[in-house]
Amino acid sequence: MELDAFFLSRIQFAFVVAFHIIFPSFTIGLAAWLATIEGARLATGNALYRRVFDFWLKVFAVSFGMGVVTGIVMAFQFGTNWSVLAQKTGSIQGPLLGYETLTAFMLEATFFGVMLLGRERVSPWFYFFACCMVSLGTMASSFWILANNSWMQVPLGHTIVDGRIIPADWWAITTGPIMRLRWPHMLFAAFLTTGMCVTATGAWYVLRGVHRADARVMLHWGLGLVAVLIPIQLFFGHLTGLYVLHYQPAKFAAIEARWKTQQPASEVLLAIPDEAEKRNLFAIQIPKLGSFIASGNWTALETGLETFPLDDQPPVLIPFLSFRIMVGMGLIMLAVSWFGNFLRLRGRLETTRWFLWGAFLAFPVGFIAIIAGWFTAEVGRQPWVVYGLLRTRDAVTPSLATDDVLVSLISYVLVYALVYSFGAYYIFTLLRDGPTGEARAIPGTTASRPMAYADTADSATGGRLRIDG
Amino acid sequence: MEPSHLALFWAGAIACAILVYVILDGFDLGVGILFGTTRDEAHRVGMLDTIAPFWDGNETWLVVTAAGLFAAFPDAYAVFLGAFYFPVLLLLFGLIFRGIAFEFRFRSERMRHVWDWGFFLGSTVVAFVQGAAIGAIMRGIPVADGQYAGGSWDWLHPFTILTGIGLVLGYALLGAGWLVLKSEGELRDWAYRRVRWLALGVLIVLLVAFTVTFDYSVLARSDLSLRPWGLAFPVIGVIALLGILVGARSDRDRLPFAMTVLFFLAAFLSLIVMFWPYMIPYSVTVASAAAPASTLRFFFYGGVVVLPVIAVYTIAVYWVFRGKVRRG
Repeated sequence: MELDAFFLSRIQFAFVVAFHIIFPSFTIGLAAWLATIEGARLATGNALYRRVFDFWLKVFAVSFGMGVVTGIVMAFQFGTNWSVLAQKTGSIQGPLLGYETLTAFMLEATFFGVMLLGRERVSPWFYFFACCMVSLGTMASSFWILANNSWMQVPLGHTIVDGRIIPADWWAITTGPIMRLRWPHMLFAAFLTTGMCVTATGAWYVLRGVHRADARVMLHWGLGLVAVLIPIQLFFGHLTGLYVLHYQPAKFAAIEARWKTQQPASEVLLAIPDEAEKRNLFAIQIPKLGSFIASGNWTALETGLETFPLDDQPPVLIPFLSFRIMVGMGLIMLAVSWFGNFLRLRGRLETTRWFLWGAFLAFPVGFIAIIAGWFTAEVGRQPWVVYGLLRTRDAVTPSLATDDVLVSLISYVLVYALVYSFGAYYIFTLLRDGPTGEARAIPGTTASRPMAYADTADSATGGRLRIDG
Repeated sequence: MEPSHLALFWAGAIACAILVYVILDGFDLGVGILFGTTRDEAHRVGMLDTIAPFWDGNETWLVVTAAGLFAAFPDAYAVFLGAFYFPVLLLLFGLIFRGIAFEFRFRSERMRHVWDWGFFLGSTVVAFVQGAAIGAIMRGIPVADGQYAGGSWDWLHPFTILTGIGLVLGYALLGAGWLVLKSEGELRDWAYRRVRWLALGVLIVLLVAFTVTFDYSVLARSDLSLRPWGLAFPVIGVIALLGILVGARSDRDRLPFAMTVLFFLAAFLSLIVMFWPYMIPYSVTVASAAAPASTLRFFFYGGVVVLPVIAVYTIAVYWVFRGKVRRG
């Protein structure tokens, strides 16, 4: 790999988007979790749920704020580094990403404000309604991102006029067959990620012997939700794999590290793919299982990478490993949630300390799974940026010099290191301190500034403040 | 080629978003710039109080501009962001630093001076790169095959450095006008004393920029000669600045801010008259940069619903937090 403007731009995009996706997926999951727990409070009148809600609302506010900051950077990346992509496919990708922006601002201007600042001003039912709308809004936001990316994976509903790829059928563009699998797959991933964080937080408090009542709510709800959702997610993951086989056979072969066409095909469980020699080192494989996974019978012929022209072959190492990391994280979630529920039914959940340690340490598995899954999808799509239509190498901004991107990449890494350490530290202290009191907005703040919500102060700038109308 | 109605709608919507952004984020960036010129902690907190409910929402309009440009005019989005690789980078970092500084300065005594520098420098850098970019656009953006055809540092030139400094002073002027409008007592007087100097500074910088460093030959490529009436706008702008200089004595708290807004409005209209029908001066027109009709129509539905909601929300926030900020 030559370190040119093209390659550095790819690294830069991967870097900023990987650090961005963490917050929106946490936010989507937290919004759904908050709506759920608020609904439970409304149904049962249990004041404990209110305390748990107020606590997670603060985390949600910070996460939302961090997502806005890292999202603004994304709004410019397509133009600064991928201007040929922006020009050639902008009439399709522009409105899809534009709708995401509009959805987010719409949310911020309406129900988000009610959720953060309106608890005392609206009826409990309307407040619950606002929570549901915020949850739906975050999901709608992700709809546009997934519609955009699904179109890049399997372009549909477009025509090509004068070298530009322009929309012909918006219905096909936004609701193609793979979108119907990938959007739920992403939503469940977000729910599971948050479920694991809620569980881990509960386990942390039990281990430290603090906030016991709140911790029990978090453990029970978190483990319960993950236990129910993880089988559904594994099923959607399987369907997503089948779309890859159908529409992107080269990516499928890369994920399986299947260099040569085989009949029947074996399944490589673990190996170190050697891209130079086009073979697997230290492979652990099971005969015939590859055919069964891909085609549902034990004897089918499965295509290997050798069938594709060298120019059209994706890298193997990253899709192969990241896919296995994703699946591994899914299996950890399955194990933790089902065993946790088993312990709960036996009444031993809060006394089995080794399990609580495991559940606590499992807090990042959802995030790891999401990033690994996206790496599988995006690296596996190479060398195409829009599959079959536009090569990534041809999409980069032509005026960029290597040094330009080197400087910007290093700057992004430094700035993100700073922003992230503050954001992460902020969330960490919130989680560490736990549900200590009612969530109250700082006077003089609005929904546009959710970060300020998570802390308490007499005014938005630290002093006491009075507004005269 | 005449632009379609939908293209005109989106060009108009984006122009409005830019104007709203410049005025709204302009005053809070300006307050950030002035923030660095005093060491008085009471003044500093007073300044932040006047922008606390607004500054984050003000940036909304920048993102609306970027998103709208990508969707409705992808060619312009591709060329502008390619041409302004480093200004955009600096803009983003500036905005990020201001944001963190705003959230963290009052939480940490020890780190406060770092955050204060971050707030001042972030605001100044954002204002400067925006001004320099406007200057570079006035000088014309080279385009070949629908892509930016210059270098990554072409945006720096004596003229654009002056327009950058001009916008730093211009935003500071807006910020001073805002402080006069929203504060009272010592801080108001402090801001009042800066209004005249800043107005004078803007006038001098622009005068030097346009007499010494601007290459008027590019205007031959524009259609300005067809619209001699457009020269009324720069004249209105200068009158507004003079109005600030003269009116600063009159002690009417709304005057400096209103006159500065008039100045920015006049400057904005001057640029439109100078650029029209080009979206990328002086090579790509609004009509040819526009996305196909199917795109403009698809995005139109979102625009007509969401943009008014954001506008109403913005107005509501300003209404709720109207009047002078008083410390109790």
